[in-house]
Amino acid sequence: MSQSKKDMLIDPLVDNNPITLQVLGICSALAVTSSLQVAFVMTLAVTFVTAFSSMFISILRNQIPGSIRIIVQMVIIASLVILVDQVLKAYAFEISKTLSVFVGLIITNCIVMGRAEAFAMKNPPVASFIDGVGNGLGYGLILMLVGFIRELFGSGSLFGITLLETVNNGGWYVPNGMLLLPPSAFFIIGLIIWAFRTWKPNQVEEREYKIQTVEAH
Amino acid sequence: MEGLISLAVKAIFVENLALSFFLGMCTFIAVSKKISTALGLGISVMVVQAITVPANNLLLTYLLKPGALAWAGFPDVDLTFLGLISYIGVIAAMVQILEMILDKYFPPLYNALGIFLPLITVNCAILGGSLFMVERDYNFAEATTYGLSSGFGWALAITAMAGVREKLKYSDVPDGLQGLGITFITAGLMAMAFMSFSGVKL
Repeated sequence: MSQSKKDMLIDPLVDNNPITLQVLGICSALAVTSSLQVAFVMTLAVTFVTAFSSMFISILRNQIPGSIRIIVQMVIIASLVILVDQVLKAYAFEISKTLSVFVGLIITNCIVMGRAEAFAMKNPPVASFIDGVGNGLGYGLILMLVGFIRELFGSGSLFGITLLETVNNGGWYVPNGMLLLPPSAFFIIGLIIWAFRTWKPNQVEEREYKIQTVEAH
Repeated sequence: MEGLISLAVKAIFVENLALSFFLGMCTFIAVSKKISTALGLGISVMVVQAITVPANNLLLTYLLKPGALAWAGFPDVDLTFLGLISYIGVIAAMVQILEMILDKYFPPLYNALGIFLPLITVNCAILGGSLFMVERDYNFAEATTYGLSSGFGWALAITAMAGVREKLKYSDVPDGLQGLGITFITAGLMAMAFMSFSGVKL
């Protein structure tokens, strides 16, 4: 193991972020970000599932036959997601209503599968656990960032606490209604990717076609 | 009947799985570089969706719902907590069966769609379709219509997206936005266009 444990935890946050670089787990990143509280719960849920599924799969990695590994991984992930779902229903029913199908969709969240396949199948349990936590947090970082922008400018509040008094309530802030609608999440993530890649130019993708200027004669 | 048609139109345009619920985004972004592959994947998703949503509906009605096991002599059993694991099991099994049937009886179709089928098991649009079916309490006819039309909506979205991206590669995009970034913004614009359908009442 050339990578230290700390690197494994920090690396997925910016340098190898699951959403902006690995293109994994975008589905839920967009849908649950209209308020920060929901985004936060989703972050916790995904981090929990990714970390523990990576750990269990890594413990079993020498026993799982290659041909049925996908099914075995699915079963482990699905059991963990059911656990999360039941806990949310019992202790945070309102939030679980808002998240609706997206808790279930953690099963098919590519981050969980992707890390299980790419990392946990080849590495020991503790390293896999840390890798899972790191990737869950990297995902959460983007989620919270998008949630922050959407809730603050869309409804003038954070975690449900009003910060910018909206016009409807006699304040001065005119909320940007578009930020509460689904398409805004696409724009915000696109812009976040732009910001990340300007900061870390080595993440920029190659152009398929170079635009050349031809001098006029 | 009218109810079913309006459900279908709603599932295709207003509540498009890809553009208003963001389901199947990973594949939507990753496999939308060429129209032909996007179309192939779109059709596979539609087929699988049209099979798995009704199949999961039957599973829910006859095995999982509270009281559903009355026919087997267990009227008090409630197995809904096993829902997630059974739906994904059904989806994985259906995809596998479909792959084998296509391989045996329709080799040309298998060659065209084959590589996409394993991808579909982990496509959130498929599981999402089943979960929406459960949440909205569809009956069998509604589930069949919903499965088919939501799959069609997804196929429509990814094909349109691929069309846009084929042209997009010739344009002068800022370095940081190259590739993934501009794809997201394009998807956002498409989602806004699809939102204009939301006023349509039938």
